[in-house]
Amino acid sequence: MSSGEQETKLIAILGKFIDIVSKELPDDVMKKLTELRTKEEAPLAKAIYDVMFDNLDRAKKLNRPTCQDTGVIQFFVRSGSRFPLLGKLRSILREATIAATKSAPLRLNAVEVFDEKNTGTNVGTDVPFIEWEIVDESTNVEIEVYQAGGGCSLPGRSIVLPPLAGYEGAMKFVFDTIVDWGINACPPLVVGVGIGTCSTSAAKLSKKAMLRPIGTSHPHPKAAAMEKSIEEGLNAIGLGPQGISGKNSVMAVHVEGMAHHPSVLGVGVTVGCWANRHGIIRLDEHLAYEVVSHTGVSL
Amino acid sequence: MKKVLTTPIQDEDIASLHVGDIVYLSGTLVTCRDEGHRRIVAENIMPSLPMDRIAIFHAGPIVKEVEGGWEMVSIGPTTSMRMERYEKEFLAKTGVKLVIGKGGMGTKTAQGCKESFAVHAVFPGGCAVIAAEEVEKIEGKEWPEFGMPEAFWILKVKEFGPLIISIDTEGNNLFEANKVTFHARKEEALAKTSKNIVSIGGL
Repeated sequence: MSSGEQETKLIAILGKFIDIVSKELPDDVMKKLTELRTKEEAPLAKAIYDVMFDNLDRAKKLNRPTCQDTGVIQFFVRSGSRFPLLGKLRSILREATIAATKSAPLRLNAVEVFDEKNTGTNVGTDVPFIEWEIVDESTNVEIEVYQAGGGCSLPGRSIVLPPLAGYEGAMKFVFDTIVDWGINACPPLVVGVGIGTCSTSAAKLSKKAMLRPIGTSHPHPKAAAMEKSIEEGLNAIGLGPQGISGKNSVMAVHVEGMAHHPSVLGVGVTVGCWANRHGIIRLDEHLAYEVVSHTGVSL
Repeated sequence: MKKVLTTPIQDEDIASLHVGDIVYLSGTLVTCRDEGHRRIVAENIMPSLPMDRIAIFHAGPIVKEVEGGWEMVSIGPTTSMRMERYEKEFLAKTGVKLVIGKGGMGTKTAQGCKESFAVHAVFPGGCAVIAAEEVEKIEGKEWPEFGMPEAFWILKVKEFGPLIISIDTEGNNLFEANKVTFHARKEEALAKTSKNIVSIGGL
């Protein structure tokens, strides 16, 4: 296959993948939602879960995006330094976004900065948003797509605390953010917390944490205990589905961190809604692919 | 039995509704969100469609252009709170009786519902395919210059819902009441979590 043919092929694969992610939730989210639905006891909350699951069924059957807000398309790319299309990947991801926007169809969500006009194509300056991680020597690529709706992007924030505020201060920031803003972000939520050395690193880590598959714990035992404790605390508040009140508030709490300057403690919070549309696909240098996040999906 | 409101919505239709009740809507529903509210309230420009006693939906849909019109692909509620700044004046100005959105609205809108005799209701967020299926027809579109999500889409709906009443005509506010409970629980949960975090050691 020529390089041009490979490019076309990858655009088609990724375009189809983005399309499917807007219509079917990944395995981890489905499993957790099913569990929370079973545990729920409040009648109004149960009624909402029924509507949510009915909606997911119909989205699949009718081949339509589950939520009208298909978000700004974001990619988290973990590319081998020797993946042959690495140098073209930025334009490939852009073209795949345009293709999925037409095929799904996705909502036109790119409003050009400064001019404040909708571009009408779902792409714009730095949209799709791409974060890069280069894996030395590998020839494979792993691409995670996330469709970040406005409602669940709204609570996102980060702060830099003085170290004496400590992890307790970080907890207050997380709890305040979820109770003040999480209610409108379509709970049950996935909450990502980032502990960093500045506002940017904390925010970035919180996004990474939010995207970690539900059901996984941080490898560091203290971080894992922290995740469990925050999850229990937030669930005790009982936001319920849609903030209508109910047994739980969150699907998961994930924490990621890094070493930080002794004088600061950066804390970031990123929130995902119940219709958490993320997906992971892995490809090798011949573009043989594996959909990691969704069982039984073929492109 | 399903309680169905039909446009034009009469005062007596909504007088007996209380927060937490579930209703459905048949008739005219228009999408109106940030830009629409700003235009009507701040710029004092009205759409050509008479809005008296109809319903609005805080929503930005995915619409597909088809021959001779449009097809509703996916439409679900957006965060109502973003419209808090203008909703009270919007209700007084338009005569809209039912505002549908996601999450609650604040005390100013609750005051507006009481004064203008209107209600706010919640459609479950993220359930956009169900909502789209309850749209019988897209009858028109105004203000296309706002783009697909913000345009003023005129919809004919049938038994659109479930809609959970979150502010009633007496100004009772389900989400504001919930917030008080959540904040009280938060203090307790936060204290407990902080204590746990400290006891994990070294954190």
